[in-house]
Amino acid sequence: MPLLEIKNLNVEVDGKKILNGLDLAVEAGSVHAIMGPNGSGKSTLAHVLAGKPNYTVTQGQVRFSGEDVLALRPDERAARGIFLAFQYPLEIPGVATFTFLQAALNAQRKYRGEPELATPAFLKRVREVAGKLGIPEDMGRRPLNVGFSGGEKKRNEIMQMALLEPRLCVLDETDSGLDIDALKIVADGVNHLRDPKRAFIVITHYQRLLNYIVPDVVHVLARGRIVRTGGKEIALELEAQGYAQYQEDAALAGLNA
Amino acid sequence: MNAEVRPIKTAAESALSAHFAAAKGALPGAGAVVALREDAFGRFERAGLPSRRVEEWKYTDLRALMREAPPLAAPPAAAAKARAAGAGAALADLEARRIIFVDGAFVAELSDLGGLESGLTVGSMAAALAQGAPLGHLGKVVPSDDVAVALNTAFMGDGAVIAVAAGATLARPIHLLFVNSGLRPAAIFPRSLIVVERGARAMIVESHEGAGADHVNAVLELVVDDEAHVDHVKLTGEGAGLLHVSSLMASVGARARFNAFLFTTGGEIVRNQLFVRFAGPDTVAGIRGATLLRGRQHADVTLVADHAAGACTSRETFKSVLDGSARSIFQGKIIVRPHAQKTDARMATHALLLTDEAEADNKPELEIYADDVQCGHGATSGALDQGLLFYLKSRGIPEKEAEMLLIQAFIAGAVEGIEHAGLRDALMDQVVAWLRGRQ
Repeated sequence: MPLLEIKNLNVEVDGKKILNGLDLAVEAGSVHAIMGPNGSGKSTLAHVLAGKPNYTVTQGQVRFSGEDVLALRPDERAARGIFLAFQYPLEIPGVATFTFLQAALNAQRKYRGEPELATPAFLKRVREVAGKLGIPEDMGRRPLNVGFSGGEKKRNEIMQMALLEPRLCVLDETDSGLDIDALKIVADGVNHLRDPKRAFIVITHYQRLLNYIVPDVVHVLARGRIVRTGGKEIALELEAQGYAQYQEDAALAGLNA
Repeated sequence: MNAEVRPIKTAAESALSAHFAAAKGALPGAGAVVALREDAFGRFERAGLPSRRVEEWKYTDLRALMREAPPLAAPPAAAAKARAAGAGAALADLEARRIIFVDGAFVAELSDLGGLESGLTVGSMAAALAQGAPLGHLGKVVPSDDVAVALNTAFMGDGAVIAVAAGATLARPIHLLFVNSGLRPAAIFPRSLIVVERGARAMIVESHEGAGADHVNAVLELVVDDEAHVDHVKLTGEGAGLLHVSSLMASVGARARFNAFLFTTGGEIVRNQLFVRFAGPDTVAGIRGATLLRGRQHADVTLVADHAAGACTSRETFKSVLDGSARSIFQGKIIVRPHAQKTDARMATHALLLTDEAEADNKPELEIYADDVQCGHGATSGALDQGLLFYLKSRGIPEKEAEMLLIQAFIAGAVEGIEHAGLRDALMDQVVAWLRGRQ
């Protein structure tokens, strides 16, 4: 059984159809890249998996470890192991990064019936994780993402991922706004987390990120559905030829439907 | 509006007149004090209770809200004093010097009057008035024709008279703890006078709590002399009164530091007035507040920051969180007098509305008569940010807890202006307790 199984997913946002019969199966231990032109529905897929409000699923199903994900609240999905690394991580003035991380970790542990971590044990854990990612300790005392550079925000997302140990990590255009050094740090963080029990969905517009996070499977998303699936050679092909071909194919498919 | 023909007296106005006639012979003080009371009461009689037609009281129509005027509180008996035993528990960690008032009356045996620091004197206002002590600053700190202040002056009962001598630094905060026994609904008119002399340092905490059926009208006059440093924090807590009106009249000298903070969670109808006059140059002041209301609570902050001297910096920041059908009002006026050049004043007010029924009214005003000043104001009101909530929830934090984190962060933005760490923590603990009490 795949860790994540999406069948015929149809999603509307503000009455506009964005996902249009999307099918996807992701096995534990694998890294899937989803590439596609702007507006193809990549971020919508990420948000629907995390449970963002105002995304209406009109048809289809999403199963995670065999369970119906769409019936769960966002916090329940997180506690069961789905993690979304945001394209634009939000700034929360007044909430220290460590306070937020401890609240998140303990909420998940509580949900799963595990004992909550007291502050000293939590700090030990978070320092280990931050140390591996080269995140300075003072970042934890600063308000969440406030005044962080683009690279720091993305690193903070990866730190959250490392701390919360999800089973499915969805990276929504994590490479956007990163220079090459920041990109390498983020990719290293992700690669450290690769594990036979964990799967990744790496959403990106560009091939560049996939030089550092090497995918097992690459999908092309166009007009709200997967139009091609193959190996990492697809990424190189897209880099050379662009998305024009898929935009036309999908348009034709839409006309024929 | 002064020429308006006053309508017939309301029941509350008639009752106030009757109470004054009956009580004035027994109120503390003779001679000049009696004249002061008579003059103040005359002002009330001419103006009546302020209604929405009086601009300063537009949002808190005392004439309509005050349906009756309960009798003056009786001196506290043993049963009333017993109710004060557990009061102030939330601030116990401050280890402040507690001065306790039950139903407005100073209770020496419950107060901490031992080992007063050098330069500190603490006394009772009723005793000072009765003994014919010189009036000094009484009634003169910030001249005002406000009717609530006039009513307090007419009926003023007891309160604190505190002096901190020049250069003295108080090691412990002073906590003026006003407990309403609630044994029977009463009108309570606390009046306090605090003078902090040149270069002295003091922190004053004033809290009001107890049972809820009383009408409280409190006035605190505060003199902050040149180079003094004074923090005043007022907590209006549970049972602060069915109707709670409070006025802080502060005059701040040159090169001084003054911080005021209003923390309001209790009372049904609350009005906190702050009249702050910058009387000398180069002073730095922070005037802040946090209000958390639920149910049908109504709380009004009315601030007048009068920059009568130049080169003073003032920061005014007020935040409110409104649940149920609660209503918060902020009226803030900054006046910059013609010679008060180089004034730097910034006022901001932010309201967080947790329901569609809650209401926040903001009325900032700038009156600037000098030409080389920096003044600004900003106001926002809105609901919790859904994007932020989703971010927190996507990390496994349940909705209620995510809301709590965001609300705490919102209020912390005002509370962090308090210099005393222990007091900041105590207030944030109260914020958490308030949030846990949400439905």
